Amino acid sequence: MAWVMGASFFGSFGALFLKIGAGKIQRSFASLLTNWRLMLGISFYLFSSVLFVFGVRKGELSVLYPMVALGSVWTLLWSKLILGEPLTRPKLVALGMILCGMTLIGLGAR
Amino acid sequence: MSTSSVSSTNHQQRRSFLLVVCCTIIGAAAQVLIKKGASALGANPTMLQTALAMVLTPALFAGYSMYGISTILLVLALRHGQLSLLYPVFAMTYVWVTILSVVVFHESMNPYKLAGIVTIVAGIAVLGREQPA
Repeated sequence: MAWVMGASFFGSFGALFLKIGAGKIQRSFASLLTNWRLMLGISFYLFSSVLFVFGVRKGELSVLYPMVALGSVWTLLWSKLILGEPLTRPKLVALGMILCGMTLIGLGAR
Repeated sequence: MSTSSVSSTNHQQRRSFLLVVCCTIIGAAAQVLIKKGASALGANPTMLQTALAMVLTPALFAGYSMYGISTILLVLALRHGQLSLLYPVFAMTYVWVTILSVVVFHESMNPYKLAGIVTIVAGIAVLGREQPA
């Protein structure tokens, strides 16, 4: 379970760098390849999928897959801390619900 | 993200909705393949072996290819649909994965897991209600 949670952590950095990189996209294919932020974002995603595969080897998919939702919690955090997006009440409510749901699933794990 | 939704027709919106539903089904099937492939990895693979297996193991490769396809479908759907409507639909992936876990892998189901899934899906729905500025 720790591996899958780790995967969601690194995956959220993937989203962060894709977002930062996407703001700098130009109209040429070569510029996509030299956009280091995009490439870093994709690398984070790839690394996160290796961790996910590693983590999902053992244990129940019905418990491990929902842990991916933790990624949205990290992403909300980076959006606030690094991108300066406002952390509104609906976002906080959603964050609490996702964490509650994950705790419940953890309780239901064998 | 979807500032074009004003000019999108009902037909386009409906197509976006169906696209997202397809994308959740493909995404959930991908997870089953990934789990199948990962379980077959052996007792203690290294990180490198795991990474190689993602390309060389048919189930893992197929799983991640389908995952890629479902991501592309989602992006296409988001061009015309409203994010706040499509986000909760996208969370259906969690429901499908739970059902498939029971059907394919004979995992146990209990009230905690059910309540947990419902809460997460609802949480993601709330997240989607937040309109991008």
